[in-house]
Amino acid sequence: MNSTNIRNDFPIFLEKPSLVYLDNAATSQKPSGVIEAVSRFYKRQNANPLRGLYDLAQEATEVLEESREIVAGFIGAESPKEIIFTRNATESLNLVAYSYGTFLKEGDEILISVMEHHSNIIPWQQLSARSGAVLKYVECSGDGQITEEAFRVALSPRTKIVSMTQISNVLGTQNDIRTFARLAHEAGAVFVCDGAQSVPHIPVNVQDLDVDFLVFSGHKMLAPMGIGVLYGKKELLEKMPPFLTGGEMIEYVTRSEATWAELPHKFEAGTVNAAGAAGLRAAIEYYQALGFDAITEREEYLSELAFDALSAVPHLHILGSNEAKEHNGIFSFTLDGVHPHDIAEILNADGVCIRAGHHCAQVLMQHLNTPSTVRASLAFYNRKEDIEQLAESLKSVRRRMGYVE
Amino acid sequence: MSNSFYREIINEHNLHPIHKRILPRAGLSRRGVNPSCGDDITLQLTIEDGVIKEGAYSGNGCAISQASADMMLDLVIGKTPEEARHLSDIFFRMIKGKVTDEELEELEEAGSLQDVSHMPARVKCAVLSWHTLENMLE
Repeated sequence: MNSTNIRNDFPIFLEKPSLVYLDNAATSQKPSGVIEAVSRFYKRQNANPLRGLYDLAQEATEVLEESREIVAGFIGAESPKEIIFTRNATESLNLVAYSYGTFLKEGDEILISVMEHHSNIIPWQQLSARSGAVLKYVECSGDGQITEEAFRVALSPRTKIVSMTQISNVLGTQNDIRTFARLAHEAGAVFVCDGAQSVPHIPVNVQDLDVDFLVFSGHKMLAPMGIGVLYGKKELLEKMPPFLTGGEMIEYVTRSEATWAELPHKFEAGTVNAAGAAGLRAAIEYYQALGFDAITEREEYLSELAFDALSAVPHLHILGSNEAKEHNGIFSFTLDGVHPHDIAEILNADGVCIRAGHHCAQVLMQHLNTPSTVRASLAFYNRKEDIEQLAESLKSVRRRMGYVE
Repeated sequence: MSNSFYREIINEHNLHPIHKRILPRAGLSRRGVNPSCGDDITLQLTIEDGVIKEGAYSGNGCAISQASADMMLDLVIGKTPEEARHLSDIFFRMIKGKVTDEELEELEEAGSLQDVSHMPARVKCAVLSWHTLENMLE
């Protein structure tokens, strides 16, 4: 993969050639194909999808439904009816917690891991408060591993929902979703997989993993903000009640009641983000043109470089695994004596974009006994020079904060 | 490499604070927290005969939050609560970019945080100790 050619596909790097963007776990940059797809929709295809009978409305509907088919193919869903467009992974998780959550009752259990993002914690806390179901956590080790043994101990015959991230947004660790989903099914639970950090970087196939639900955000995978996906197995989605109600999700309405539209529309109340869906389609086509073999190879190479460069910075401590490949391009670290926000400020002065704070994972931070960290996260379009600049700036931080080495 | 905001004065107060300790018998004690970034300080004051006689802070956070607390205590110890409130009013206006040169002088070293007015993400760090003080004196 030629990084110069790749960067030419991203207008922001042409606008800002010296940009060192290492906050990809927060959101990715967008290739011109995605930006053009959104622009094309509004310039040439814009009408309210699923509504009008005129040609333009028909075209807008086709844009939306073709995008749905592309998404279904991308994650290996059996049918496009299993693809619900949402705003983001957070909304998808709320949908499942609210709608599937209506089946839970007092005494049931919900199982999540300590390494979840707040978006995969709070909806379950709320469901627990509503239903009386107990929210339980499976712990991870200091290097970020959830063992099969720990998972078996946390699981019980009362577990009705298991929800877990595939890749940690803090540690970069990848969880063995296929095994955990199988164990969850044996216990009679459904399995929700948070793919926000995995779908943008590795091939994810819902039938291969045998997960019941998969959620992810478009904006972390080259697509626009405001478009996300919920995949759900058809038989589950069919028996679940709607989440949001209103227009375009009904079949028939009288003064006092309504019947619901077919899947997937039952879960897509109101006008959907068709331009966002068009952008997501363009993003997926960009991934497919590059191929995950090339993307994975490139990101593994950058991960090795980053791990070695960060390990060579004095006083720096990487959280999680000691193996570069276990990080999946996500590196959280601390620097002795310097608060993460001060590190971020100094790196910003050097033009390096990284994240500092608790990364919406306060439960994990408490578990690891670290109030906050700095996080650098990679994507295939990053350059060797980005990592070199990161390491060089980090080496100067303590001096610039007044420490005499 | 461009110049960063961290000047000697802030680094010095962060690395070698004068007032970072615990007062065993403080009359007033109040905690201030920035939940989004984790700055967490506890401010303690003893007021005797209408004057802030002793002051200290403890806790942890970024250099700006810690240095700001230390510089604030430098200023307000020995002052009356009214004078302290007058200074906090100037400090808040400095952060909003609405302060005169004469007023800035009253802030002494705390005036070195003036550049925070151009750094929206760090405002809450700089004002944490001052807000805590204001709440305390209410």
